[in-house]
Order: sequence, then structure tokens, then C-alpha cells
Amino acid sequence: MDAVLESLPDVFKAFGYTVLLFLVSGVFSLIGGTILVAMRVGPISVLDKAAATYVTLVRNTPLLAVFFFFSFAAPKIGINFKWVDVHIGTFDFTSFFSTAVVSLTLYTSTFVCEALRSGVNAVPLGQAEAARAIGLPFTGVMSQVVLPQAFRASVPPVASALIALLKNTSVAAVFGVIEATAQMKVMTNNNADERWGIFIAFAIGYVVLVELVSLVAGTFERRWRIA
Amino acid sequence: MRFIRTKAMVAGLGLALSLAACGDAGSDTESVDVEVSEDASFDDGTRMKELADAGTINVGVKYDQPGLGFNETGSDMPTGFDVDIAKILVASLGIDPEDTSKVKYIETISDNREPFLQEGKVDLVLASYSITDERRQVVGQAGPYMVTGQQLLVPEDSDAAGPEDLQGKEVCSVTGSTSLDNAKAEGMKPVGFDTYSQCVDKVLDGTVEAMTTDGTILAGYAAQNEGQLKVVGDPFSEERIGVGYSKDSPEMCQWITDTLEQANEDGKWAEAFEANLGASGVETPDFPEMDACES
Repeated sequence: MDAVLESLPDVFKAFGYTVLLFLVSGVFSLIGGTILVAMRVGPISVLDKAAATYVTLVRNTPLLAVFFFFSFAAPKIGINFKWVDVHIGTFDFTSFFSTAVVSLTLYTSTFVCEALRSGVNAVPLGQAEAARAIGLPFTGVMSQVVLPQAFRASVPPVASALIALLKNTSVAAVFGVIEATAQMKVMTNNNADERWGIFIAFAIGYVVLVELVSLVAGTFERRWRIA
Repeated sequence: MRFIRTKAMVAGLGLALSLAACGDAGSDTESVDVEVSEDASFDDGTRMKELADAGTINVGVKYDQPGLGFNETGSDMPTGFDVDIAKILVASLGIDPEDTSKVKYIETISDNREPFLQEGKVDLVLASYSITDERRQVVGQAGPYMVTGQQLLVPEDSDAAGPEDLQGKEVCSVTGSTSLDNAKAEGMKPVGFDTYSQCVDKVLDGTVEAMTTDGTILAGYAAQNEGQLKVVGDPFSEERIGVGYSKDSPEMCQWITDTLEQANEDGKWAEAFEANLGASGVETPDFPEMDACES
């Protein structure tokens, strides 16, 4: 544990990157997942098929492979994020951070989409029909009637997808982002005699973060419970 | 009819695969010739005696560092300076180091070198294993048999001549390695990948300014990508590369030290260095002073 205490600033900074990766890709995944689910349940067959294909393709690909694609294959065909160069405080957001965010977002949106779809399916068909009957267009039906109820019903599965995302950020460790897992590898390599303590310290860090996410999810679940 | 056709296809496929296997001939490796010791004799009760009697040994080496420890896909005999030093040690036990049924060269990545030694999965580790006090708390380390320093690998057209030209710039190395810590201490921004070859890729496509690790490893990659990459700067760290062994058998230290000193005297050490690292333009250094073993 001494090693962890000695380099506490580095450890916190590393967890900072983990949290930032989680927050940025989490927000984009929620947006992406919502768009995907709207395509999936919408009346336009082409969009439905396209979203279904995308979900099947990306959800069935290992996250590591997605990372590999954006780190090594995509630059070869001209897709890169070298233009990203933002520095806030001691945190750097460069091509590596962006690559990680893009990979995590594209991957997690598929899970968010499916979680939300389970929520949409939980909304009785009569609700959508009633909304159509009073003359709402599709966007109105979705944004005013179906999605609010769907979000409410799908808080637990979406929270699961986000918790998985939080832990999946560790894949970025070997793609250029010094987040918690990368920092852990640095420390176990330098302090071979303290591996146990280091592992436990980082495990606790992740558990605390996941608990925070669960707590937030629990709050939403209570607040949105149908009275 | 269909069944016969399937059978023919399966047979054809099998044939093609077996032919492909035949095509995989051994690559031409310049490794040092070592003589298997005929009169290996050790005191009873030592680990060396046990290994010599059993006639088998497991050695941990790197698989992804050209010039030091590198294994081509599908080959079971890695090549490199570390591997050649391992062969010298194995041969002194009276075991034929070229016989892979007796000597297993197991890949040890940076993270599992200590656990593998502690669990007895390997008897020796020669995997660009720098000697540090923390590591000596959990495993034995004899040597050093090589002293190297960290340098920079940059594109051929880069103006950078050392760490001072790359302040605040991103440099790549392997996640978790000491090289990244040193780069940070020098004022560069560390970026970690899984293997060195991925870093080389990132330098080649211009995502990072440079890659940093031991000069010997960089020289190997510079030679592989001649005209595109070059090694620059004076070494800004000192890595003392040694041999790892289990703390349960401290008697191995003296044997390793004596064998390596012997290899230096009869020229095998220099021969191994030239065969593996000479081509990349590194001059053969003097044999380093080895640490005394605790008795």
C-alpha cells in the first residue's frame, strides 16, 4: 500500500481519466442509443434495418477489436483524430483520448439501444396509438409519450450498460490513455513486492466508482417511480 | 454424391494445410554456437544439480523484442541476445539448448516475470529484466550481463535530438514499463500501448513524436525500418539487465555469475552481442561488472 500512498496524485489523476472517459462516452452513448432505438422502433423500414444491422455488427464485436480498428486500421484509411488537441488543467485530450471515446461510444450505444428497446416494449401499445390518435407526429409520439415512459422502465438495464462502460474504459490502458488500469500496471511493474496492495487499492477505486453510478441510478429509479 | 464431394473437400483442405505446414521452414538465425558441457557437476541438493539430473529446464524470455528476445509466429525457438545468454547458461548444465523438448522457452511479459519465478513456471528469466531493489525483494536477480540506457526513436525527418526537444510532446512506450516513468520525469508526455510494435506503428503514422525504451530495442526497430526511423539522443537512464531466478534457490546466483564471466572470457558473450545487436550499428560494449552474490 505504501507505493499507492506515495504516488497518490498520480493515482487520482489516473482515476480522473477513467471518470472523464466514462462521463464523455456515457453521455454520447446515451444520445447514440436513443437515436438508434428511435430508428429501431420507427416506421421507416430502411432506418430500422440499418440500426438493427449496426447493433448486430458492433454488439457482436469484442470491444478490443473496436479499439484496434480505430487505433490501427482506421488511420490507414484516413480516419484519425489528430486534430483533437485540448488541454484542460493537467488533463490532455488528444487523439488517444478521442479514439477511446469514439470506440467506447460506438460500442456502448448498441447496449444502451437494446436496453432502451426493452423499455419501449414495456410501454403499452395503446399509449402510442392514443398519441397518434390525437394527431402527434412520430417525433411527438416518441419524445412526448413513448420515450419518457421507456426511459423510466429501462433505468436498471441502462445502468448495467453504463457500469459495464465504466469498467470497459480499462481497455484504453493499452491504447495510449494513462487511466487507472495503466497506472496500476506502472505501479505493479515498479513495485513487484507490493502487488497485492496495489491490486486491492485499484479494485477498491473501481468499486467506489461503480457504487456511485449505482447510487445515481437508484435515485433516478426512485424519483421516476410511477406514483 | 454430396457426401463424397464433402469428403473430397475435407481431404483437399487437410492436404493443403499439411503442405502449408511443410512450407514453414526454420528461418535463418544468426545465433551463437554453444558447447554443451560434458562434465557438468554440481553439489548435491542444489537446484542446478536437480535441473542437470532432470535434463529439462524452463526459461522465460521476451517474444516481441527484435535483437533481444523475439519469436516468429509459429516458431518454438526464439532468437536474440537474451536467448543466446540463456543458451550459454542451459548448456553449462549439460542440457542441449537447441533441443526444445528439453528446454522450453516460455514467453514472459513484463508483468508476469516475478509470478512465473515464484510459482516455479520458469527456472530462469532472461527477458530484458532490469535489476531493481523492489524486484530483489521477491525474486533473485544475478548480473547484470548488459547495461543499456533509454533513448528515443524518431522519424527520419524529425529534428528532435533528445528529450529536451520533446518537452510536453507525446512519446510512446509499453504500458506499465519503467520507460514511461522515465519519459515523464524528463518532461515528456507518456503514452502507453500493449507492445513495442504498436508504438512503432504510431511513430510511423505520425500520431506520436517519438517512441522511447532501451536503446538496443530501438536499434532493432530502426534497422527494420531503415530510412524511416532513427535512434537519437544520449541514453537518459541506466538499465542493468540481469538474470532472474527463484529466491528459493539462492545458490543459483553464483553459478549464473560464474558462467557468464566464463562466457565473457572465452568470447561467447561478445559473439552473442555482435550476432544479435551488432547489425543495428551498436558497438559491442565492455562486459559489465557483475554484482556480488549474497552468500
